Amino acid sequence: MTEMTAPRAVIRRPDLSEARVRRRYAAERRFKLYGVLAIALAIGMLGVLLVSIASKGYSAFVQTHVGLDITFDPEVIDPDNTGDPAVIGLANYDKLIRDSLGNLFPDATSRQDRRALADLVSGGAFFTLRNMALDDPGIIGTTRRVWVETSDDLDMLRKGYIPRDVAEGERRVTDKQLAWYDGLDAQDRISLQFNTTFFNAGDSREPELAGVWGALVGTFLTMLVTLVLSFPLGVATAIYLEEFAPKNRWTDLIEVNINNLAAVPSIVFGLLGLAIFLGFFGLPRSAPLVGGMVLSLILLPTFIIASRVAVKAVPPSIREAALGVGASKLQVVLHHVLPLAMPGILTGTIIGMAHALGESAPLLMIGMVAFIVDIPGGITDPATVLPVQVYLWADSPERAFVERTSAAILVLLAFLIVMNALAVLLRRRFERRW
Amino acid sequence: MVLAQAADVSDIAPRAHPGPQVKISARHVNVHYGSKHALKDVDLDINQNQVAALIGPSGCGKSTFLRCLNRMNDVIEGARVEGTILIDGKDIYDRDLDVVMLRARVGMVFQKPNPFPKSVYDNVAYGPRIHGIGAGRAELDEIVQTSLERAGLWGEVKDRLNDPGTGLSGGQQQRLCIARAIAVNPEVILMDEPCSALDPIATARIEELIDELRENFTIVIVTHSMQQAARVSQRTAFFHLGEVVETGDTEEIFTSPKDERTQGYITGRFG
Repeated sequence: MTEMTAPRAVIRRPDLSEARVRRRYAAERRFKLYGVLAIALAIGMLGVLLVSIASKGYSAFVQTHVGLDITFDPEVIDPDNTGDPAVIGLANYDKLIRDSLGNLFPDATSRQDRRALADLVSGGAFFTLRNMALDDPGIIGTTRRVWVETSDDLDMLRKGYIPRDVAEGERRVTDKQLAWYDGLDAQDRISLQFNTTFFNAGDSREPELAGVWGALVGTFLTMLVTLVLSFPLGVATAIYLEEFAPKNRWTDLIEVNINNLAAVPSIVFGLLGLAIFLGFFGLPRSAPLVGGMVLSLILLPTFIIASRVAVKAVPPSIREAALGVGASKLQVVLHHVLPLAMPGILTGTIIGMAHALGESAPLLMIGMVAFIVDIPGGITDPATVLPVQVYLWADSPERAFVERTSAAILVLLAFLIVMNALAVLLRRRFERRW
Repeated sequence: MVLAQAADVSDIAPRAHPGPQVKISARHVNVHYGSKHALKDVDLDINQNQVAALIGPSGCGKSTFLRCLNRMNDVIEGARVEGTILIDGKDIYDRDLDVVMLRARVGMVFQKPNPFPKSVYDNVAYGPRIHGIGAGRAELDEIVQTSLERAGLWGEVKDRLNDPGTGLSGGQQQRLCIARAIAVNPEVILMDEPCSALDPIATARIEELIDELRENFTIVIVTHSMQQAARVSQRTAFFHLGEVVETGDTEEIFTSPKDERTQGYITGRFG
């Protein structure tokens, strides 16, 4: 090192302090180090967060199924051989499942045992059988192996969340059920299969029947309403204020107010939505329409500020050039300012929409916290959104909802990534150099 | 906006120079930017098919005057213009006058080349398009070609009409801006220090071009370079502190200035 620094010292001026120069370089290196450390810390935290969520949530993407030999008994399904879907749809499929289980474990004879045996299978398993019978009435009278969801407790047992080595009273599965499970497992009747229910069902009190599709559709509809309402309004306001409005006390007042509105806590907008949209206008409760309107109120100031900055950043020479060839003010804005400001506006939009996507407090105020099983079909149907769904599941006592909560967060993150990727693609198309 | 007295206006017409025809005639033009009095009672005539150079030290109001001629000062917050400016005998600050139409008649080239971030073709075609000149694609193609030819740029860009205009060199960009201005077929072209951002070779090309354009257009050019003013213009006006100190034939101004301030400026004693 001394060999390296020696020749450099030659070109230094003797009257300038050597130590001071060294301190200056040291300060620079230190600053770089702080930067690297800060980024490393941020990435580390993000990594911890993602790993912890993913490691908790990934198991919700598979669901334990049990293979049962079901006899589609015509006596139970359609005793009069009518072939009428109404009759087939109303048949007692639970009995078929119970019979099948009874055949496997003839030792379960008492009423209590038979009940415990039936509890191994999900309360929603009969849907699978009913749909099979409705789709193909030809299977009535035959016997075949059908894979149905197990109950959430058995699912947790399969995934290793329920310990076997504790006293019977301290776990959700009885010793008998354990023995039956082991018996089923020995016959290869237990398997983990992809959890389609999680992706195509609405909410449910039963974890194995609960899905995020309802919340996902609700989120999509709410975001759509938000975007449609606040994007044009925000951009138009920004352009008017920047390009057309006279600069006077009124516009100053408006500007101050917009900046202040951006700092108002979102729950206040929720209260406003509750009082105005639900209370005064009588709009439907829990609806994506109202959710989107409330989120629009929250986002508008952000959109306006971001759009104004983007519009302001368009070089004045472009405006002068267009005015110089005789473009009207509106033509200048539509042909030049807006396209050039679009990348900046879209960046603001991405940040705003990501913010809205994670918003739950104001939506609680307008009733989007309700327990809603049906998939919303439109913006006035009752719905919930992903963050609220996460909140609801995190609040549920069943062990199986823990992994589903994490899985719902993963879905939320995926939704965010898809949304941002779309916006980035869109921005690319607008980006131009000048 | 204070309109001139009717008597004042009729006063102007007979004062036209005997030789070339007066195209633009400014009388008692005052401009205020807020509390700043930028132009003080400016009287100036600009002849048709001539190049008029406006010279003077920085901040003397020559660019302000230039921007009055196509009402670009309208868009500046707090700018106030008083007096009369006639183009072909019509007051351009008349209440009924359409500013957009005025700017189609009076084109402008700016100090810094400012092509649109679009293709070369679209840069030139933009003006004709918004004014509805050139009905079909073929007609527009022709306008673009002739404009680029007149701006002396056609040979260099004819194979890259779809490349971005911002990708050209500085001198080419400025000639593109000139092509864009003449594509609308104006009568007057205003140039605000068009060569200040260009190297000497590009400057020489633009000066040559200005001399050719004089045949079809009336040109008003603001310049800091007295050599440039001497080379390209037929008439010169010397501005100082918001006033027109002296105007006359370029040769006269540069060889025998009447005012000592003019003499001081052109000999480089101040400015």
